[in-house]
Amino acid sequence: MSAKVNAALPLEYQTEQNRMNILGFWVFLGAEIVLFATLFGVYGVLDERYAGGPTQKDIFIVKDVMIQTFLLLTSSFTMGISIFEMRRSNMKGMLMWLVFTLLLGGGFLFMEIREFMHYVHEGAAMQTSAFLSSFFVLLGTHGLHVTIGIGWAILLIIQILQRGLTPVTARKAFIFGLYWHFLDVVWIFIFTFVYLQGLVM
Amino acid sequence: MGIKWDEFFVTGDPLIFASQIGIALTLVGALAGITYFKKWNYLWSEWFTTVDHKKIGIMYILLGVVMFLRGGIDGLMMKGQTAVPENDFLNAQHYNEVFTTHGVIMILFVAMPLLIGLMNFVIPLQIGARDVAFPQLNALSFWLTVSGAALFNISFIIGGSPDAGWTSYFPLAGKEFSPGIGNNFYAVALQIAGAGTLMTGINFVVTVLKMRTKGMTLMKMPMFTWTSFITSIIIVASFPIFTVALALMTFDRTFGTHFFTISGGGMDMLWANLFWLWGHPEVYIVVLPAFGMLSDIISTFARKTLYGYKSMVISIVMISVLSMLVWVHHFFTMGNSAGVNSFFSITTMAIAIPTGVKVFNWLFTMRKGRIKFTTAMFWALAFVPNFVIGGVTGVMLAMAAADYQYHNTLFLVAHFHYVLIPGVVFPIFAGLYFWWPKMFGYMLNEKIGKWHFWLFVVGFNVTFMPMFFLGLDGAVRRAYTYSAETGFGPLMMISAVGSVILAAGFAALVYNIYWSARNADRNIGNDPWDARTLEWATATPVQHYNFASLPEVTKLDAFWHMKKNDQLQPLTEDEIEEIHLPSNTWIPIYMGVVFGISGFLLVFEWTIAAGIAALGILAGLAFRSFDYDEGFHVHKDEIFETESNWRKGANKGVKNHVS
Ligand code: HEM
Ligand SMILES: [Cu+2]
Repeated sequence: MSAKVNAALPLEYQTEQNRMNILGFWVFLGAEIVLFATLFGVYGVLDERYAGGPTQKDIFIVKDVMIQTFLLLTSSFTMGISIFEMRRSNMKGMLMWLVFTLLLGGGFLFMEIREFMHYVHEGAAMQTSAFLSSFFVLLGTHGLHVTIGIGWAILLIIQILQRGLTPVTARKAFIFGLYWHFLDVVWIFIFTFVYLQGLVM
Repeated sequence: MGIKWDEFFVTGDPLIFASQIGIALTLVGALAGITYFKKWNYLWSEWFTTVDHKKIGIMYILLGVVMFLRGGIDGLMMKGQTAVPENDFLNAQHYNEVFTTHGVIMILFVAMPLLIGLMNFVIPLQIGARDVAFPQLNALSFWLTVSGAALFNISFIIGGSPDAGWTSYFPLAGKEFSPGIGNNFYAVALQIAGAGTLMTGINFVVTVLKMRTKGMTLMKMPMFTWTSFITSIIIVASFPIFTVALALMTFDRTFGTHFFTISGGGMDMLWANLFWLWGHPEVYIVVLPAFGMLSDIISTFARKTLYGYKSMVISIVMISVLSMLVWVHHFFTMGNSAGVNSFFSITTMAIAIPTGVKVFNWLFTMRKGRIKFTTAMFWALAFVPNFVIGGVTGVMLAMAAADYQYHNTLFLVAHFHYVLIPGVVFPIFAGLYFWWPKMFGYMLNEKIGKWHFWLFVVGFNVTFMPMFFLGLDGAVRRAYTYSAETGFGPLMMISAVGSVILAAGFAALVYNIYWSARNADRNIGNDPWDARTLEWATATPVQHYNFASLPEVTKLDAFWHMKKNDQLQPLTEDEIEEIHLPSNTWIPIYMGVVFGISGFLLVFEWTIAAGIAALGILAGLAFRSFDYDEGFHVHKDEIFETESNWRKGANKGVKNHVS
């Protein structure tokens, strides 16, 4: 817990407390993996239980899903650049790419909400069938994570503007980066096992 | 969906009405008392906002003891009801509620807080650290546990208790068959407490990995640290499953989805699988730290290094892996194929192997040891044979074909009480007697301790041994009554008498705490048991920064070797450095409160209000994010003074309490 600083390391790894926070976040991501794995498992069990309601093929719109995927994957890329700029101590560049990330994330969220509203409009709601319950809860959980991520990043930007790049703000940004990439990975699984598989089922 | 006022207070039952009045009076009395004695400030600044792992540990233990009273009264009520055939002390509905709350409270609000409390107090000291990795998060874990416990406990006076068993199987627990809000309490309260537990898991994984003192490699860690570490990993790996299961339950019950329902394509067995995917690892989450405490206690009082340290470590790792692969043994009779049942039969039996290794290691540790018969050691000694009964009947239950005979009978109830009480409660008692002096600076009385021990152990066996035979004769579990023709009467009566003896044992513990707090000798030195691990190397009770200078370790049983090799050098002034510690914070208790309020509204399905209250949760997170408090430094002078005080007095005029 001492504030001994090891300047040879990247900013976010310089103090012992920072190293512990980052490890702790990795462990937390381990828990998140279990959480999403369970939701995928539930979806895998229920995904053909339509109860007379619509099926994947009836509702999925390929074009919109592709746009969402594009937005989120790109945002993961811009997030990576942001951390790269942070390592180069370029605060301005870092913030700029972080804002891009947020905008892309916001775009993803907008598309997803529109998609959900569209489904409900078509009579495919969470209460319609077991398939749709598991679909909405799996995707909703991911979407909720994205929403929280956006709020979190806004707090982060304010703090970086207030305090500049310090070991603490750098660590927070780095951890946020891990979180954001993680959501991207989850999306790839959703894209594959929900959308692609649903379309060929 | 507005609040259903007509369902708000539970009405119509004189027993519950009496407790409502009782609770209201106790509450008013407590608040008035604190105000009268002007203790609010003290409580707030020393306890409610603390981030000190020792105080958090003590508060967890207090929570566990209070909940033990509640869960124990539930148990006694059930035993009272079934003592004679066709009794009408509790009706069927009431009995359902009582066994449900009993099971949930005993596992989640007694066993877990007591163990996590002891972990909190002991682990940082055992590894020579000044706190856990994330002290604020630790406080948050605690307050979320309190929040969940409070929410769960008010259910029986406000809104109605859950009544679908601690397993809450669907479809029974769903809206179609349990339309009241009682089961919402289960889903929401356990969700909140579970979030706290998950954070504890993360915290301790990082603490053990990163905060061990110089020289303490993984294979030099005390066994309690090892088992707590593995338990923390199991928590991280299994609690998210429960989080999902409870969330889906809430969706089904409150928002009309179809995960576990009969209609709409839902699948009730999905709940059973998710529940036990968490639920079986959960029993290892509670039993492993208990095993670890016993290992340390047995080696202390046998005055020998633990036999087979390496095989102990391998065993707990094997147990943790196997614990994830056995969940189906809870529903052998619910329509699996023979192949599936066989697979899970075998994995279940396989757990007996590493467990057996551990039992033999304990026995070999005691062999040729010069055993000191303290109360703590008594509990450890009683653990072995009693737990073996639980284990052997477990192997009987593991045979899928035979399980058709045992399933859902009191045989099972006897089995798991023989595992949980000797395997978790005895070790907790042992741990309390053992570490009590470290926590409070005085020992629990050994003589009253022996009363506690004998009453509890005899009462336990008299209560639960008959249940094996009742179960084999066909007495089903969770049944509120039976007819005289069944012939269950006599054994049921013996069992009920046993539970009274058991309760007397617990009362002896409470009396012991009271007696010792008033009368026990305060001059006991820092190492009253002549123990082996680092927590005994520092002052008693422990000063808030734990260690003036962090100890260096070269061997297992580090403190023992320091004592034997005269390495306990006095601290010199120039060795002392300023110590950095984290500041207190109000955010964790605030989070507990807003989670509780939001959860309460969600239980009543007043979703909009719950959502608004949840904004308070977000506000708390934002506050935390902007909190750049750097903590404070303990000055050299203060450290020097504290240290010379206790070192000067240490072991001077100390009477030997152990023979
Ligand atoms: C204090 C003494 C105790 C007594 C007198 C007692 C008694 C009972 C009784 C009579 C039942 C229900 C039998 C039935 O199905 O009708 C029961 C169930 C249960 N007990 Fe205990 N018990 C005690 C301690 C504990 C402890 C320490 C634990 C766990 C750490 C525990 C965990 C459970 C569980 C999980 C159930 C199953 C609840 C259910 O069916 O949903 N009990 N107990
Ligand atoms: Cu099990």
